[in-house]
Amino acid sequence: MNGKTVVMGVIGADVHAIGIKILSHAFTEAGFNVVNLGVMVSQEEYIEAAIETNADAIIVSSLYGHGEMDCRGLREKCEEAGLKDIPMYVGGNLVVGKRNFDEVEKIFLEMGFNRAYPPGTAPEKGIADISKDLGVEQP
Amino acid sequence: MNTRDESRRDSGFILTVDFGSTFTKVVAISTEKPEILGTAKSPTTISTDIREGLDAAVKELFAQTGKLTFTHKLAASSAYGGLKMVAVGLVPSLTAKAATLAACSAGAKVVKTFSYELTASEQDEIHGIQPDLVLLSGGTDGGNKEVILHNANKLAETESDFAVIIAGNKSAAEEARNILTRSGKHAVICGNVMPVFNTLDTLPARDAINTLFLEKIIEAKGLAQAAREMTMPIIPTPLAVFECMQLLSEDMGDILAVDVGGATTDVYSMCNGKPTLPGVTQKGLPEPFAKRTVEGDLGMRHSQETLIEKITSFQIETELPDIEGYRTACRSDYAYIPPFGSPHALIDQALAGIAMDMATARHAGYLETAYTPFGESFYQLGKDLTAVKYVIGIGGPIIYGNDPTGILKNAASPTRGNVLKPVSPQFLWDKKYIISAMGLLARADKKAALQILESEL
Repeated sequence: MNGKTVVMGVIGADVHAIGIKILSHAFTEAGFNVVNLGVMVSQEEYIEAAIETNADAIIVSSLYGHGEMDCRGLREKCEEAGLKDIPMYVGGNLVVGKRNFDEVEKIFLEMGFNRAYPPGTAPEKGIADISKDLGVEQP
Repeated sequence: MNTRDESRRDSGFILTVDFGSTFTKVVAISTEKPEILGTAKSPTTISTDIREGLDAAVKELFAQTGKLTFTHKLAASSAYGGLKMVAVGLVPSLTAKAATLAACSAGAKVVKTFSYELTASEQDEIHGIQPDLVLLSGGTDGGNKEVILHNANKLAETESDFAVIIAGNKSAAEEARNILTRSGKHAVICGNVMPVFNTLDTLPARDAINTLFLEKIIEAKGLAQAAREMTMPIIPTPLAVFECMQLLSEDMGDILAVDVGGATTDVYSMCNGKPTLPGVTQKGLPEPFAKRTVEGDLGMRHSQETLIEKITSFQIETELPDIEGYRTACRSDYAYIPPFGSPHALIDQALAGIAMDMATARHAGYLETAYTPFGESFYQLGKDLTAVKYVIGIGGPIIYGNDPTGILKNAASPTRGNVLKPVSPQFLWDKKYIISAMGLLARADKKAALQILESEL
């Protein structure tokens, strides 16, 4: 255990359950205390879970192409709920259509996410980044 | 020889006592057949010695049954306002809700639930409520500590003589207890009501509440002498009802029970409440199989204004003309029972129906629609009660009213909607006022309690 708690889930009306299970396993293996909210998670659920568990980061997954719509306003709501500057990460099939990921990344960083990941990113990549950001040893 | 025969004959008699706020009710039970031998009641004597009312009730009971020697004397109490509690948590839908569920399942009357950091005005409010116990939760184990510690400080500053049960983040529990004991408050620690995110563990809190109920409340409220005459510890009356319902559900399957009382309307559901329709996703805290909720604003006497407001002007003009006279009668005597078939009895009937409707709607889960790229999808929050087979009515307004089924029908919703009330249940009611007595009896003889319930309901 590295002493860090991360809250994760699949946002909005998205029901893709496999990816989040893999992520949950990978992060647990890497020493994180994982609070996995599962699928169809609303913005409020991430925030409430993060408050009760005193989470160190929020990880948002989205596969069905509506991530841009679902994620908008999450940073502002976190600020409002007292989760000031909590690191937020997002990854998956974040938008529909053929768009350049640099463009997509820009949208999500502007929305207040600390990092955004394209489809097909390996869990190890996220674990490495988040470990570094939270100041814990990489496994 | 004779003595032995006597003792053998006596071995099957049990007395149950319910110290209510108005009446002390006693039931004599023979466990051999098993059957109810007699019931009696007498006004509760809280201003003098509570045993006076008990002795008077037992005397009346013996007038029916002849003198009996009891092997067990079991008592429940809701006298002196019952077990008054306040629940405090962090997030309303998480630890605050978990704490409320825990207190309700222990038989408490949860007057109010607070969340996040307590404010000065909420402190005043708690002072005004004068609770017997406060259940303080907040944070999963290893989670948020700040809020529970802040709230421990606020409770420590509150000048009221309540005990505090700490059932929150284990990493902050000891510090919270120190804060409270330093200020002279009695404080105990028990397991967290939500040790892991979205996992309920209400049993440790429930046990702690029951222990404190015995240690503090029974002693402080003049029940100590009476308690010594009993063969088992006195429990809160709602807990006896709760345990009776748990027992019944072992036999009858899924049930819903509603107790319409003078101060509150209590709802009990015994079912897992999982979605009954395909394509529905359950959200929120997991729901306990045995669940009790208390509606403090839906009482027939002490909080009747909420109910009266719901009566339509059409009803007042046509069938319920004398609301003012009814109000006055109830205010001058909280134990007012309108004469059978009188205009006031019709108002009682209407109000009990409204209480039934609102309390079950709040207890039941509901569906929320989500519009997804693949069409409509549903989230379920709370318990799906649509498949519940039996609705059981408890409490004076139902049992002594003109039309128990008419009141009980309000617990169901034949046209399935977003509120997941029972759809087509069978209605039963506690005709002889024995539910709490059977909950008590079950503590001594489960089988006898079940057999009597089967024949009486």
